[in-house]
Amino acid sequence: MDNRSALVRRIHALDFALLELNLFLDTHPECEEALCKRREYQMERAALIETYEAQCGPYVVTAQHVQDNRWSWVDGPWPWENGREC
Amino acid sequence: MWQYEKKLQYPVNIKNPNPKIAQLVISQFGGPDGELGASMRYLSQRYSMPYDELRAILTDVGTEELAHMEMVSAIVYQLTRNLTPDEIKRSGFDKYFVDHTSAVYPIAASSLPWRAEYIGVKGDVITDLHEDLGAEQKARTTYDNLLRLIDDPDVRDPLKFLRQREIVHYQRFGEGLRLATERLNSKNFYACNPSFDKGCGK
Repeated sequence: MDNRSALVRRIHALDFALLELNLFLDTHPECEEALCKRREYQMERAALIETYEAQCGPYVVTAQHVQDNRWSWVDGPWPWENGREC
Repeated sequence: MWQYEKKLQYPVNIKNPNPKIAQLVISQFGGPDGELGASMRYLSQRYSMPYDELRAILTDVGTEELAHMEMVSAIVYQLTRNLTPDEIKRSGFDKYFVDHTSAVYPIAASSLPWRAEYIGVKGDVITDLHEDLGAEQKARTTYDNLLRLIDDPDVRDPLKFLRQREIVHYQRFGEGLRLATERLNSKNFYACNPSFDKGCGK
């Protein structure tokens, strides 16, 4: 697995963990352990997203950094096009 | 307000097109227990929900269902790419193809188009949460049935992920129901409807 696929897989794994914590916290809003895990994953994710967007273009339409000369949000591959994650 | 993330919630990478099984999987897009209905049900119910935790869980699960709809659509899309007219005729995909070519349109496996009658939005916290618990189990059964009929591991893998999510959502809705009943009259949960009656609850 190359570095880029490893990066994408890690971001997806963190997104999934954060979603699970999100749903759990909806019904347990005072759980300190879940809140603490959420902070930890959120910090790791923020750093990885910066690397991802530098290599692959915007992850979300409000991305921090976009190229000056081209609106690269329009560039594929789009997520449903298989075998091409970035 | 929503913001799109340029990814699938779980990867879909199908090597071999197969329009026959695409016609089965499409039910989890536009069928009676599919992801489109799931999202519409939860995002519609949340306005009349009386407690913040329930507004949150319906918003977040309803949002995740949109991501599941995208995964199911991606499976159907990848299973119906690069087909020849002969493959279309032999697989029975011809009847769908006449109306939609290879586009992804919300119908059931039986070919009925998606209908709002598939969802219940009643404006009563106990009634709506029971609808949601039932809906998650019906969707889980549908994924189990698909897994009984489909052999391709590239298709089974994302279907197994989606099946697991039904179970997690069922768990969260169960906790939501517990939170709601804790705030009602324990001698008679039905004494009033906190979604409508003023000053309702313990």
